[in-house]
This record gives sequence, C-alpha cells and structure tokens, in this order.
Amino acid sequence: MIVSVASGKGGTGKTSVAVNMALSIGNIQLLDCDVEEPNAHLLLHPNMHRTEPVYVLVPHINEELCLRCGECAKFCQYNALFASSEKVLFFPELCHSCGGCIIACPRQAITEEKRRIGALKFGAVGELKLVYGELDVGEPMAVPLIKAVKKQIENNKNVIIDAPVGTSCPVIETVRESDFCVLVTEPTPFGLHDLKITVQVLRKMKVPFAVVVNRAGIGAKKVYTYCKEENIPILLEIPYQRKIAELYSRGVPFSLEMPEWKEKFQALFSDIRRLVGK
Amino acid sequence: MKQLTILSGKGGTGKTTIAAAFAVLARNAVLADCDVDAPDLHMLLHPEVIKTQEFKGSKIAVIDKTKCVNCDLCREKCRFDAITEAIEVDPVACEGCGVCAALCPEDAITLAERVSGYAYISKTKYGFMAHALLSPGEANSGKLVTLVRQNARVLSEKENSDLIVIDGPPGIGCPVIASVTGVDAGFVVTEPTMSGIHDLKRALQLLEHFNVTPLVCVNMYDINKDNTEKIVSFCRENNVEVVGKIPFSPKVTEAMVNGKTIVEYSPRGAVAKEIARVWEKMSSSISGK
Repeated sequence: MIVSVASGKGGTGKTSVAVNMALSIGNIQLLDCDVEEPNAHLLLHPNMHRTEPVYVLVPHINEELCLRCGECAKFCQYNALFASSEKVLFFPELCHSCGGCIIACPRQAITEEKRRIGALKFGAVGELKLVYGELDVGEPMAVPLIKAVKKQIENNKNVIIDAPVGTSCPVIETVRESDFCVLVTEPTPFGLHDLKITVQVLRKMKVPFAVVVNRAGIGAKKVYTYCKEENIPILLEIPYQRKIAELYSRGVPFSLEMPEWKEKFQALFSDIRRLVGK
Repeated sequence: MKQLTILSGKGGTGKTTIAAAFAVLARNAVLADCDVDAPDLHMLLHPEVIKTQEFKGSKIAVIDKTKCVNCDLCREKCRFDAITEAIEVDPVACEGCGVCAALCPEDAITLAERVSGYAYISKTKYGFMAHALLSPGEANSGKLVTLVRQNARVLSEKENSDLIVIDGPPGIGCPVIASVTGVDAGFVVTEPTMSGIHDLKRALQLLEHFNVTPLVCVNMYDINKDNTEKIVSFCRENNVEVVGKIPFSPKVTEAMVNGKTIVEYSPRGAVAKEIARVWEKMSSSISGK
C-alpha cells in the first residue's frame, strides 16, 4: 500500500505526520518527495549509506552538422532552444527532456546527454528505510527528481510518501499512483483554503483521501464543518501543545517522547488500510 | 521602483502574515501574491478584482479518435506517460511538448491551448494587488508567477509606486526562482526549528545563486531560543543581516481567523511592534540601495 501525506499549505505538519506514522509502524519505506526542501531526515536521524546523482536528458547539438535552420527551436514548446544564424543557444533550465528537438532536426545533429539536477539519498533507522531526493539549488524542475525517488518504491512493502507543499506539478507527480492520501491541515483560514484546493486536485486525480487536523484547538471550527459537508473523514486530531512544537523544533518525532501517540499513529494507519480495502 | 520578495524555503513560517503587515505599513506599495497554487494573501487584504486574465501556460495534446489507428507510437514515445493504454491523453501528465503530434503517422494529434488558471488585478484598502490562481492539477506555476510580476510592474508604474512587495511560494524550485529573479532583496522568513534552519540555508543559497541580497527574519523566535541563536550566528558568519526576531503569539492566528492583518488586529502587540520595527529598518535599507 502506498500512502502519501500532502497538505496544500506549508508548515501544517506533513513531515511530522509522515515520520511519526512511519516510526510507529516500523517495517516501512518512507520516501521524502519534497525534493526542494526535504526534511524527514531531520526528524529521523537515519544512518545514511548511499547517494546517487540524478540526471535528466538534454540535447547536445553537433555544431558541424547543424545548419542553424531553427527547426529545433520552432518545435520546442518551452523556449529552451533559440536559433540565430550563427548558433543555436540552449537554455538547460527550461528543457523538459521531451526529446522533440531530436525528432525535429532534419540533419540528425542532435543527440542527448545527461545533466545533473540533484541526488537521491538512501538511509535507514532500524527496519525503516528512507529514500529522499535533494534538488540542486538553482534547479527549477522538481518533477524529474520526484519521479526518480518514486522509482525506488519497493513492491510488497508499505510505503509512506512525504509530499511537497502546494497543489501544482510536484504534488501531482508525488501523489499519482498512491492508494491513499492523508491531507494534513490546521484549523485556520489559510489551512482550510489550501485544503479545499488540494481536495479538488485529488478528486480530479481520483485518489481517495482523508484529513488529519494538526494543531487542533487553535483557529476556528470551519474545517470541521467543511469536512462534514464534503463527507471527508477526519482520521486524527493532533492538539496544539507547546511540548509537541518544542520537540519538533529540536528535531524529535513527538511519538518517541509521548508513547501514547505511537498507538494513535498505528490506528491511523489501520484506518487508512481499512478505507483502501487492503 | 524596488522589489522585495518574501520567501522561506519551508512552508508555514509566516510569509503571508508578514507580507500582509508590510502591505499595511508600506502605504504606497503594490502587492503581488506569487504563491499561485495556494494563494492566501487575499484572505487578509480582501482585494476587489478589477481585471481577470486567462492564463494559458502550456498546450495539451488532443487525439482525433476518428483518425487514430491505435498504432501505439504516441504512447511509446511520450516521455511523460501521458497517453493511456486506451490511447487517450492524461491531462494531468501531458506537458504539451508536441512529440506525439509530430510522430503520429495519421496526423490524428494536434496541440490545443489550455487555460491553466487566472491572473487578477485588484484593489485593496492598502494599494493595488496582482495575484492569480492556478487551476487545480495544472502545471506551469513559474510562468504564472512571471505574469503576476509583470502585472505588478505595470501597476506600480501606473500608480507611481516605489515598491513591489512579493509574497513568494515555499520551496526553492521553479515558482520560487520566478519570484526572486531580479528583485532588490529577498526577505527570508524562518523559524527556529531544525527544518526551518535547513530550509533557510537552501533559500540563502538560492538567493546567492541568483545574486539577490538576503535579509533574514526569525519568526516565533521564542519557540526555541537556542535554535534562534544558531540562526543568528550562522547569518553573522555568512554576512547575512538578521533584520528581526518576531515572538510567537496566538494573536497571529486570531487575526487570521478574523481576516485581518496582525498590525490591524493587534497594533500594540509585540508581534505588530516588531514587524513595524523590521519594516522601518528594511525599507530604509532597500531604498538606500
């Protein structure tokens, strides 16, 4: 079963929920797909044993064969190629690696080469295996790296995925193919507003989901009314407690220091399993 | 005209709270909400939309089933796995590259424009605002950010405003890069947590990469004073100015629930006072550049 943890609004507690749930279950694979700002390892303190660079394919233009005809630039929907009469300029950060320029070139002057965009990192804490991606600073495109993280999914294992913030391409790529998505929200107007957008995305993607309310007790009650009206189950409430916030700030998963929470996270996972029917 | 982008790396550190407060304090600034996939600034500033623009960020492949002979070539060659086994386009996965259209032996595939969201020009009590909303499940947030910033520039020229305050998205990827390129300063809001510190460092590297002057503000600094001290000394060692330390206060959430900025809701509170002090310090440092 693959369960992703997403939120829309940042800082609602995705990583906290993903890590505490993973630790409470133990034998699990945790993937951190927030490749722009991966944080799960800061709570897990894993033994890291391997780093692997991740590349995307980009065009390489053979100047001797190139006629500067501009067909490649005309084809490229992302403006990653610009052809002048002297030279074809390539802007790697704009390239989506679609391979279209190769097809468009009448002289077969374009081949592909690898360009690094980030790295995969592998670690473990006991039976829990962690894989995360780290985007190189300055690289705009998270999606290819997220795909590389997801390729590490081990079949026949329960997988928890910590999703990136927001509701656009990185989140969509992360949540695609998940059996279930946990939406972590906080009972504030920002939390609710961004939750609503994320709900629309998940409905469009046909991924089943439920809500975890974090920092319960602050803000207002509207998130509960909304979930009730929309028939979205709330599987867990984590109250706002200074102790939880302080533990988080020190990089300590709170279920380790507050053992009653271990059972609650186990129950959360069983509830998800029941909803998925696995 | 100067541009200031508020960013954070980590989400939920207080970017929008601070951006909204700056909007009130600045008087003549144009505001730009560049968190286009989860915009929140409008909930504090209540803009009245005066102009709506369609955003066409990319194209999408359209298959004419009457011409399709199910040869499967499009599905094989698509690098985004956007053609299903039934030879249909998955709109979420399609990046509109056009490879399938170019290869289709029956010319059954064309590229069509797709509306991926809307950009808005609005009026608020505190000045004009450019903002947007990406449609659920659409891509190209970076391009939409660029459109919002372009709208903000036009507004600031029209209104003779000397500052654009940009509320940036979290992360360090495409929409963040689009929000920080060419601005006069990047105001990084961080929190004294392990994640906050980790993400602050990456945000600062990003600003350095794009040659943008960094300013740092520690929000909720009293949640963990040891970590705040670590942030301050890290910044000192790296010659980055820490312009403020804002205390934690439940008033911030109360203000949000009431749809108000913290400087309106609790003007004499510790948070509003510190933000005002930061604003004074910063506006003089930006205009002095």
